[in-house]
Amino acid sequence: MKEKKYGFRAAVCLSLLLTVVLIALMVGSYHISPFQIVQTLLGSGSKLQNFTVFQIRLPRIVLAVIVASALGVSGGILQGITRNPLAEPGMIGINAGAALFVVLWISAGTTDYYSTLPVLTILGMPLLAMTGSLLSVGLIYLLSSKSGIRPVRFILTGIGVNGGILAVISFYQLSMSKGDYNQVLTWTNGSLWGSNWNYILLTAPLVILLIGAVLFRSKNLDVLALGDELAAGVGLSVPKERLLFLLLATFLAALATSVAGSIAFLGLLGPQIAKRLTGPVHGKMLPMAALISSILLVGADVIAKNLFSPLEIPVGIVVSIVGVPYFIYLMIKER
Amino acid sequence: MKRNTIILTAAGVLLLFAGMIMSVHIGAKNIPVSEIYRAFFHYDDSLNAKLVREVRLPRMLLAVLVGGMLSLAGTMMQGIMRNPIAEPSVMGVTQGATLAVSIAAVSSFAGGIYGNFFMGLLGAAGSGILILVFTMGKASNQSISRILLAGTALSTFFLSLASVVALLGNRSQELAFWVAGGLRQAGWVQVAVVAAAGGFFSILAFSYAGKINIISLGDDAAAGLGISPERIKLLIILYLVPICGVCVAAAGNIGYLGLFVPHIIRKLIGNDYRRLMPLSFLYGSTILVLADIAARTISAPYELPVGLFTACMGVPVFLMLVRKEKR
Repeated sequence: MKEKKYGFRAAVCLSLLLTVVLIALMVGSYHISPFQIVQTLLGSGSKLQNFTVFQIRLPRIVLAVIVASALGVSGGILQGITRNPLAEPGMIGINAGAALFVVLWISAGTTDYYSTLPVLTILGMPLLAMTGSLLSVGLIYLLSSKSGIRPVRFILTGIGVNGGILAVISFYQLSMSKGDYNQVLTWTNGSLWGSNWNYILLTAPLVILLIGAVLFRSKNLDVLALGDELAAGVGLSVPKERLLFLLLATFLAALATSVAGSIAFLGLLGPQIAKRLTGPVHGKMLPMAALISSILLVGADVIAKNLFSPLEIPVGIVVSIVGVPYFIYLMIKER
Repeated sequence: MKRNTIILTAAGVLLLFAGMIMSVHIGAKNIPVSEIYRAFFHYDDSLNAKLVREVRLPRMLLAVLVGGMLSLAGTMMQGIMRNPIAEPSVMGVTQGATLAVSIAAVSSFAGGIYGNFFMGLLGAAGSGILILVFTMGKASNQSISRILLAGTALSTFFLSLASVVALLGNRSQELAFWVAGGLRQAGWVQVAVVAAAGGFFSILAFSYAGKINIISLGDDAAAGLGISPERIKLLIILYLVPICGVCVAAAGNIGYLGLFVPHIIRKLIGNDYRRLMPLSFLYGSTILVLADIAARTISAPYELPVGLFTACMGVPVFLMLVRKEKR
């Protein structure tokens, strides 16, 4: 892939993202024209416009971009280390582990709602989600290791663990009050409802740090994707590197899940589309995957918010409905 | 092997019988066995007799039917796909039916019990066709990992759509019960429909046990013996669809039952589907009856979804099978 072509495609995607963001800022129960949005962003909007843009819509969009980037990169890593284009944090139980812990926390804890959760809870969520997803990855790792980790076995075990965790979650869901239940539903299906600047302050630095670390070592990921023998031949310590990248992918998925719940298929769509645009080199592919996932999630959130307005559906559902047909198409095409 | 089969059958019948009696006996109010007997043969209008006839009995019979049929469906699916992990709930068939039933529950155009059954059939048929298209297409699509990934994707898809439907109809917690599976809606109508429609196709399916035996040897072997594997597969899927459809419409999405029951039976008596299918049916019934007793009593007066128990038993078996994957 030539540098120039890559730059051009990145620019197109970036402008696409900006367009979607603009639409997301405009549309809603209170409609704002593009001109007014520019005015508001420049600091001369009315009080109502200021509030809508800065306190409600912008944090939501920024959070969507953060979450989507984390999931896109996480999916890209997993597809690299398992050498399977269908690997995805949502389907192999990583998101589910995080969601389980958050659900346990919600059901054990308060009857308060999302926005009024105490500060400690907001701070604790990402930590809790990371613990949960780490445990579930550890479980998958243990169960699938038999004279080393085989990618296919890893994924299949992940699907099984995912099913088990979902059953446990559904048990807690059913024994909950209706208010708690709806709160949990947004977690298990993924939603950006109730996002505010606190979440962003908490997750943004970590996500940026982790993505930076991944990109810094992305050459090793390229080598890993070649296959175990080749990678070992080049002098890479395969088990160590694979574990490292697995951990990075897990943390990224957990961070995303901790603020937006379990959004499936986004980690599949982003990297797969990106790969078609940039080729397989991870240093270029992963940023593109983050970009594409962001476009998809911001767009999906606009649909989730407005399609059945005033009712909002979890954005994860919209992503799945778009993602699954693509997934099936990939499976039928790829052999 | 022959002796094993006899022992297993005798034990299964005994267990099922004990389970059936226990299921009628145990509940929010324990009914003594003598009164159960009276409710059958000397019916009076007492509360206990009514309880037995109108509540406990249909529920127990539904558990017997649904458990047996789901486990039979799993056995057949594994036979025609030559894949130990194939199962209606893993492949997305029951989730398709769940979606259709949730649409029926929310909208008014197909309401009522019969509407549920009709929609369940429709949904199961839709996802059955998808799977058929997928597995018939290419030989490479029959590998375990691909079938599993496709099934997981399909079930996620159907359940996502079902959640949208439920959210719009403000029924999401009810849907969660559908998704997890439970027998609390059991009544005589459900028993009758499941027994009639499901029973008919189950018997048809039993008559194909010999053919499934041949197919499970491999497509080439089957063709060599003068049997068209494609035709048999198509027929079996056609029988599977109504069986799964009525089961989901009556009892929700009870997962993994068709995975671990046939697996255990297969370990004990081998791969002969002529014995495997009836025994899977028998033990599927037994396990669902027992699981339903547990679901009703463990956190009484609340009812747990019975699918939770089948998942608890099924997921470990699933993981064990996956561990055997070579790649």
